[in-house]
Amino acid sequence: MSHEKRTLEFYVLAIFFAVFVFFLYGPLSAVLILSFQGPDGGLTFPLNGVSVHWFYNLFEQQAVGDFGASFKRSFSLGVMVMVVNVLVSLLAGLAFRRKFRGSTVLFYLTVASLVVPSIIISLGIGVVFQQLGLKPAWYSSAFGAHLTWTLPFGVLIMFAVFNRFSPSYEEAARDLGATSWQTFRHVLLPMIAPSLIGVGLFGFTLSYDEFARTLMTSGTYNTLPLEIYGMTTNVTTPVLYALGTVTTLFSFSIILLALAIILVMRRRQAKLV
Amino acid sequence: MTAAITEEPPQIEAPTKPAFAASIGKIAAVVASYLQAAPLALILGFFFLLPILMIAVVSFWDYDFAGLYPDFLTMNYTDTLGSWVTWKTYLNTLKYTALVWGLTLVIGFWVAYFLAFHIRTTTMQMVLFLVCTVPFLTSNIIRMISWIPVLGRNGLVNSTLVEMGIIPAPIEWLLYSDFAVVLAMVHLNTLFMVTPIFNTLMRIDKSLIEAARDAGANGWQILWNVILPLAKPGMAIGSIFVVTLVMADFSTVQVMSGGQSASVALMMKNQMSLLQYPAAAANAVVLLIVVLLMVAAILRVVDIRKEL
Repeated sequence: MSHEKRTLEFYVLAIFFAVFVFFLYGPLSAVLILSFQGPDGGLTFPLNGVSVHWFYNLFEQQAVGDFGASFKRSFSLGVMVMVVNVLVSLLAGLAFRRKFRGSTVLFYLTVASLVVPSIIISLGIGVVFQQLGLKPAWYSSAFGAHLTWTLPFGVLIMFAVFNRFSPSYEEAARDLGATSWQTFRHVLLPMIAPSLIGVGLFGFTLSYDEFARTLMTSGTYNTLPLEIYGMTTNVTTPVLYALGTVTTLFSFSIILLALAIILVMRRRQAKLV
Repeated sequence: MTAAITEEPPQIEAPTKPAFAASIGKIAAVVASYLQAAPLALILGFFFLLPILMIAVVSFWDYDFAGLYPDFLTMNYTDTLGSWVTWKTYLNTLKYTALVWGLTLVIGFWVAYFLAFHIRTTTMQMVLFLVCTVPFLTSNIIRMISWIPVLGRNGLVNSTLVEMGIIPAPIEWLLYSDFAVVLAMVHLNTLFMVTPIFNTLMRIDKSLIEAARDAGANGWQILWNVILPLAKPGMAIGSIFVVTLVMADFSTVQVMSGGQSASVALMMKNQMSLLQYPAAAANAVVLLIVVLLMVAAILRVVDIRKEL
């Protein structure tokens, strides 16, 4: 196939793909550009001068509520979810390599957790905490709510990884006299490490942007997405776009960081082989 | 981590009793499996299963402005299902779901098809796939807001069209309308279609396509009789994501319709903000049943456990 001439189909689909990418990124770049709106500019084009006024504005407390604190909460929550997501998904992935009683039930429970609407989980956790007399907070109820969304992704990724993972590597290690811990640490872990980074990335970004599940579970203090959602109704200046630009750039750098780590790991592995 | 240590059956000291040793090894393996699965089971049990059961229970409770009262009333259900507003809201939500599902399926399939069959190097495939994936990992709300300067009354689309003289006055229905809601939903959710379809297309054995061509099939016949049937599992998984996400959406509907349209989840959210938890719970149960029926219907097409 690889030496055939490009067909008409290719060009039509290439244009379609380009339009799709433009559709994905176009509006985001509008926000990026408009966040540099001049001090007198509004929410739409044209640009009324170019300035970083709205970025300054963002870091003043009174302009947009407590942006810094909600960012810190969302960041900490994202890191917590990421760590737990990696550990629990890895363990569950290992467990699913063997058949055990209840494995099918647990598997379908995991899939169900992905399928059940977020707002229902949010409401349910809210009511459970209320009835138990517990105070909902971002680090307890919202943390659990986020895990119900990120864990299925993590577990399914690990499930797919182990489905393709040949046990002969471990058998070879064992035959050479490695203990099960050594086999895990020096054979299994390095091979699945890139996937674990992926699971961690999913955990962090999904939690960092999660909104519907946080709605009823965050308690007194807002996470960043809740803060932004509140802003959509009452902020009418480009400071909203400045916030959008800052959080999007933050997400982009997290993704790039994760990709860079995965690439470095792959390189190192390729060298070893 | 400790569970990983126990993964291996312990060394047995009595080689004279292999049957005994084997059974100990088996038991150790089973215990290890349970220990490894326990964290997942506990988290899902407390934050997923218990809340769902709680919703089912609370949906029968009585309530007023001061609190909830354990009871067994069907009032919450009769109120919800007996109201014309509920049915209209469901109809509206189903309309969004059908439109968004159809659009994301078509767009998602062609994007995945292009990546899988027309891009020749794996590196390029991965780069382009990442280009599609990255926006999905950024904030949904920011991506919704980003349509405002594009579609607004004085937005990019309107001002361009007016300047070019194609329309005399700005189009009002671009933003804060059903059109805007569907557009934003497609924008937010197409990735959920692209990824699983791309995944299944990549696993199609290229020799199947060559065989079809050798047997005299033309492009459309190959697409229709070979590729599409093999892509079904990916399409099913993508459909599950899109359908469940759109059925449960409230933020896109609220922001993009400017409060003019309703969805089931938005109705629930409003009840929750009025602290009418049992009413919201009854709605949640109905919505859950509808969504699970839809998923069950899609699952008839595919066994997901085989597809991972």
